[in-house]
Amino acid sequence: MNSITRSLRIALALASAVAGRCEAVDASVGMQSIPTGAYVPVQRSTQDPESVPVAAFRLDERPVTNADFLAFVTAVPKWRRSAVSPLFADASYLGHWAGDLEPGARAPADAPVVRVSWFAARAYARWAGKRLPTTAEWELAAAAGYTTPAGKNEPAFNRDLYAWLARPVPDILPSVATARATLHGVRGLHGLVWEWVDDFNTAMVTGESRADTGLERDLFCGAGAAGAKDTSDYAAFMRSALRSSLQANNTTTSLGFRCASSLP
Amino acid sequence: MKKIHVLPAALLGLTLTASAFASEGPTGVQGPVVLPAAVQALPVEQAILTSPPHVPPPIARKHNARVVVNLEVREVVMKIADGAEYTFWTYGGSVPGSFIRIREGDIVEFTLNNHPSSKLPHNIDLHAVTGPGGGAASTFTAPGHGSKFTFKALNPGLYVYHCATAPVPMHIGNGMYGLILVEPKDGLPPVDKEFYVMQGEFYTQGTFGAPGLQNFDMAKSIDEHPTYVLFNGAVGSLVGDKALAAAVGERVRIYFGVGGPNLTSSFHVIGEIFDKVWPEGGMRYVQEHVQTTMIPSGGAAIVEFKLDVPGTYVLVDHSLSRAFNKGALGMLKASGPEDRVIYSGKEIDAVYFGSQAEAGTDSSKREAELKEKIAAEMRANPAIAGLTKEVQFERGKQTYMASCFACHLPDGKGMANVFPPLAGSDFLKADRDRAIRIVLKGLTGPVTVNGVAYNSAMPPQPLTDEQVADVLTFVTNSWGNAGEPYTVDDVRRVKNEAH
Repeated sequence: MNSITRSLRIALALASAVAGRCEAVDASVGMQSIPTGAYVPVQRSTQDPESVPVAAFRLDERPVTNADFLAFVTAVPKWRRSAVSPLFADASYLGHWAGDLEPGARAPADAPVVRVSWFAARAYARWAGKRLPTTAEWELAAAAGYTTPAGKNEPAFNRDLYAWLARPVPDILPSVATARATLHGVRGLHGLVWEWVDDFNTAMVTGESRADTGLERDLFCGAGAAGAKDTSDYAAFMRSALRSSLQANNTTTSLGFRCASSLP
Repeated sequence: MKKIHVLPAALLGLTLTASAFASEGPTGVQGPVVLPAAVQALPVEQAILTSPPHVPPPIARKHNARVVVNLEVREVVMKIADGAEYTFWTYGGSVPGSFIRIREGDIVEFTLNNHPSSKLPHNIDLHAVTGPGGGAASTFTAPGHGSKFTFKALNPGLYVYHCATAPVPMHIGNGMYGLILVEPKDGLPPVDKEFYVMQGEFYTQGTFGAPGLQNFDMAKSIDEHPTYVLFNGAVGSLVGDKALAAAVGERVRIYFGVGGPNLTSSFHVIGEIFDKVWPEGGMRYVQEHVQTTMIPSGGAAIVEFKLDVPGTYVLVDHSLSRAFNKGALGMLKASGPEDRVIYSGKEIDAVYFGSQAEAGTDSSKREAELKEKIAAEMRANPAIAGLTKEVQFERGKQTYMASCFACHLPDGKGMANVFPPLAGSDFLKADRDRAIRIVLKGLTGPVTVNGVAYNSAMPPQPLTDEQVADVLTFVTNSWGNAGEPYTVDDVRRVKNEAH
């Protein structure tokens, strides 16, 4: 793990050097500290631990916006819509932008950027001197409610969460400022867009294929509950289902990201 | 904790570029199936998909085919009841989803497209599919993507299909289900009209009929306490000008399915007997002369009946609170000529005296006429209608003991400093009209009764004019009080006075 972290740091340093900048984006979005905790996966195989310890880390206080992403593609031309490799982003990458360097009316500057692939999100994070949060980190941060560490026990928090899940994706996404801050001072983990995590496809890469790994890996129908910890957390099931439906080059109209960083 | 190596796996998926979907589909993409030459040689046809209550035409061909089905998932806001909307997740834009009709032995090339505006991934489990998940894993599709798989329809029957993405009860509870009919090789007997109806229940945070865009209620779903139980996804979807229509003499067949996610339906058509039922959607046995057929969640049945007489036939879930309180009600309107031998309609409407007389006899009819005459005369004659003071007093006493005694007490003495007395009350005696007004409209604020100040509140009394007159007659003639009786006319005059 340490060696991987180290090589990641080297990669980050390289990416930053290539991009020729590493401070402007850091300044544009504040980060909040998420205290040490434990992530209890909603679905796991029999081999997985019931709970995953998560070290304290720092998380962007809001998702990456169109303005942020514009700065990135301006600095790193290979991630512009017309230049990106289809291996790293599918055909609808930034499809709602007016042009390569012009988000346009359908992508307001202060709205979360969407239609970005995992590869693109990861490249952005490196460029910004950060990284994507892991599933465990993201879920730990997202479990906090407005006033307590366990949002699922807060009626107002749950009401907002399910209200968002019940609505179709709007044509034009709202400003990141519209999301209410949670206990940790982080906004929009729920209620704005889905967000990429670094290990989004964990469920897929550990086994040979879905069909071969048996019920505990299978998300479908009643079988989805076979390895589930808390079957009443529908929102967690939905996030889990969304992550496992994705390929790293996929983009969707409601999927964005934010960055994290480890504490020294 | 093991570290997951995401990048190589993601790239592995990308190297499978054999089909249009392989480069973008979920991991586990295996590339197109190689069909044997005999299968490849089968004619290819595009499936006709219909939205409810319509059914694709019967399959005329006597050979198998490669049937191409393209079904699109869309998350859309639609009406669930008058003034109330809901975000439905649909197959083909309707609830239930598009009806699919194929023939036993057909090879089905099935593509599920998930609209780019979808918030969620979806898939499809077709109960007509033989194979793990019924196609669920093979069709698991992110927003803005499409997945294809092929299956052979081995078993004839009427089958439910539904979304099987976690949390499944929510996907089904938002409308993701439909029917696929696999016709037996020899087809089904011809009928005049075919309809497509599916029952499903909806769990909303608002109550039944609460206006505005309604949210899914997870707690109600887990408790299986639906707000709505519906035919074809909305209150009134089969009512009025949207009722199913047929003519007398026609044979009608309904393909009826239950999406659930939880409830079993007791499907019944009021005023019809199903001549034939294919229970549970199976094709082997036909039951005859059935009143109500039970259809489990995730199950289906075919019912068939001939329309003998005209009228409106009401489709219900005979667990009737669902029909009367939660929306599970539809209509089939049969037009055509009456046959009064089969069903006469109402022949007689006569007065009935229960045990007092033999119904319908001449003497009982004369008795009834006489009673009505007397009643009319009593109503018309003021001498009789205006009751004596004594009778009014007795009735007024009953009203007093029902409405007034709690505060003014049975002896009319009231409660010291709280509720003023009526017995010997100078306030009561001083103004007859004011007394009526107080009973009708209540009284709040300071008053002085027999030299004592009271400041309390009496609510308006929900009494009839006659009860007001009676109770005041009682009060002004009890506990030492004495006064003229109050009449209904007095009460009405005060009631109508200008304010």
